[in-house]
Amino acid sequence: MAVKFKELFSVFRNGIWKENPIMVLVIGMCPTLAVTNSAENGLAMGLATAFVLISSEIVISTIKNFIPANVRIPSFILIIATFVTFTDYFVKAFFPTIAASLSIFIPLIVVNCLILGRQEAFASKNPVHKSIADAVGMSIGFTWVLTLLGIIREFFGMGSVFGLQILGEWYNPMVIMLLPGGAFLTLGLMVGIYNHINREVE
Amino acid sequence: MNNPELVVTTSPHVRAEDTVSKIMWSVVIALLPAVFAAVYFFKARAISIVLAGVVGAVISEYVFQKVRDKKITIYDGSAVVTGMLLALTLPPSIPLWTVFIGAVVAIVLGKQVFGGIGHNPFNPALVGRAFLVAAYPVLMTDWSVDGVSGPTPLALMKSEGAATDTWRLFVGQIGGSLGETSALALLLGFAFLLYKGYVNWRIPLGMISTVFVLTYIFGENPTFHIFAGGLMIGALYMATDMVSSPTTKNGRWIFGIGAGAIVVIIRLWGGYPEGVLFSILLMNAAVPLINRYTKPRSLGEVK
Repeated sequence: MAVKFKELFSVFRNGIWKENPIMVLVIGMCPTLAVTNSAENGLAMGLATAFVLISSEIVISTIKNFIPANVRIPSFILIIATFVTFTDYFVKAFFPTIAASLSIFIPLIVVNCLILGRQEAFASKNPVHKSIADAVGMSIGFTWVLTLLGIIREFFGMGSVFGLQILGEWYNPMVIMLLPGGAFLTLGLMVGIYNHINREVE
Repeated sequence: MNNPELVVTTSPHVRAEDTVSKIMWSVVIALLPAVFAAVYFFKARAISIVLAGVVGAVISEYVFQKVRDKKITIYDGSAVVTGMLLALTLPPSIPLWTVFIGAVVAIVLGKQVFGGIGHNPFNPALVGRAFLVAAYPVLMTDWSVDGVSGPTPLALMKSEGAATDTWRLFVGQIGGSLGETSALALLLGFAFLLYKGYVNWRIPLGMISTVFVLTYIFGENPTFHIFAGGLMIGALYMATDMVSSPTTKNGRWIFGIGAGAIVVIIRLWGGYPEGVLFSILLMNAAVPLINRYTKPRSLGEVK
């Protein structure tokens, strides 16, 4: 059992750093760049995606043997869309302000290639317990990058973090950080620093 | 760059005496008339903006190279040129810290992240200005000097259809960014660079004449359009940046004409009054493609 646990842990750890969905695989760019204009939006998007990813990986790895190979992609999409609909209604019912600011990007989780990519690359080939480890790892990896991106952009773009005003009146906000351009710049620099850290470690 | 020794041709090659730092310091000298003109029109304000730009560029280049353990290249003058050019494209009433941020962005995001001098796909000074335009749109379009606000000739043209006297445009007695006001001073510096053979005449000629012809065709005042706004400084000093412009003769014509056409499109039908910044950046992005398609055939090559 001990060896198996180690294996699970390494699958779990993969998503957080070594095969981080954004920093390394560079998938799911649409929500990454579009909704991270504040820390709150980044975190909410990360959590919503995490829920969909974990639930659909569980379901798909459970029933993978019953899905004919020819129609696996439509079947995956159907399962993912089911959970996205859950999420959409849940967020609309309990967090209306977040639903308003994320707007179309919650339904668009269906086409987030991170989710379909993990089903195709992992859940459809691995047992349930491993798929859960993968999904949780990937979700944490996705969420921390989105939240950090949101924190940096909100800090420079509005002088606040999670809605708390940190910089005073004297600060003249950089509008570009709230625009898509700021997302590209910030993400590019983050990936650069990430690669630099990896090189230092090696 | 129109130095015969520097044109891309087949071998044998002649070794030239020019070095990066020699050329860059010549560009600094060539920019001095524009700086003096800015000081004449905008007084001490102009000196402090230019200084802030240069200091910001040099410091950020030094710090970045120190952190990355690279050779320090602040003495080759390229950071000084970037800082000066950036400062000359900014409005006179801009706060100094904004100039500093723009210079840091120009050097770090415009040049050093790509690997330093010789590797930047875009003109660093324009990257800095583009960042400032997007980051501080209000500060970047405030043209007031000493509390007296005066819109730029292009803005006047756009909103009220009023043209400005050509002689005043040429000499620089108008509202506008520090260095873009005086075409006379810019041309003086350019003549010096041409004399030294450090600069390419095809790009500016292609760009300015395209603007002239197109504005004439569309029934605008062509002399107004070539002297107004940032066309002179853009065409003479930024489009000709050796790193981010094409290396072939035909490519330079394409680059200049393309940039000129984009300027006219933005000025006549776009939302912004001025399009030089974006036209040059867009053409910069097309440079690898232009270079590939205009590559001269080597001697004896069969197509």
